[in-house]
Amino acid sequence: MWSWVAHRVTGVLIFFFLLVHVLDTALVRVSPEAYNAAIGTYQTPIMGLGEAGLVAAIVFHAFNGIRILLVDFWAQGPRYQKVMLWVVVGLFVVTMAGFLPRHLVNVFTGGH
Amino acid sequence: MTHGTAAVAKVDSPRSPYARRKTTRGNYELYSWVFMRASGVVLLVLIFGHLFVNLMVGEGVHAIDFGFVAGKWASPMWQVWDLLMLWLAMIHGTNGVRTIINDYATRDVTRGVLKGLLYLAFAVVVVLGTLVIFTFDACPPGSPAELLPSFCTA
Repeated sequence: MWSWVAHRVTGVLIFFFLLVHVLDTALVRVSPEAYNAAIGTYQTPIMGLGEAGLVAAIVFHAFNGIRILLVDFWAQGPRYQKVMLWVVVGLFVVTMAGFLPRHLVNVFTGGH
Repeated sequence: MTHGTAAVAKVDSPRSPYARRKTTRGNYELYSWVFMRASGVVLLVLIFGHLFVNLMVGEGVHAIDFGFVAGKWASPMWQVWDLLMLWLAMIHGTNGVRTIINDYATRDVTRGVLKGLLYLAFAVVVVLGTLVIFTFDACPPGSPAELLPSFCTA
């Protein structure tokens, strides 16, 4: 039940970011200056934390999506759905442990 | 019918055949269900690759600027990658939000308006994004050379 709610919430968040992200990328057709100004706002600490949240949402949605696939198509899927939720949580923690330190170092110490 | 106690309620005979009400034409919802799973697997690969190259390699988000994008789109592989990601993610996301609107917006007018806005956003973003990928100019005339990829001056 809660994984279903989280799948919907993260899905909607990712979708709205996608709309904005295509629009900001479209600025490459306006001018290099316009694009660099927009992407510059993505490089501030506050947006950096937002990106960490976005990646967390994507990683959960991706791994839980594979779990949904296994529940639907694998004969033993429904039986192991609870175990697989813990596998999703485990993979999420491992992936974020790989991503977060590197991204946060880039956000808070890197740059121009 | 009167409201007296003598009134007999008219109910269907329990033996009358059950008529299934057809709410959709064809197998649209089945195809949508299959699409969500098939596109989901492909999107996992495309988006994890996108995030790795743009956020993990080198300076991460700080390395992204016009020159970075131009460098990527100089390769047909990244053009195809981004085009596929745009289309699959927009259809997957729009279909997901469509399902959520159908679940929670119970009034016909509300549901219609929300889905109208959703499909409008889909059309605008997909058309714009596709045009950007196909008409991108890595070396726009009149732009300062230091903002452009190095191959513009070569």
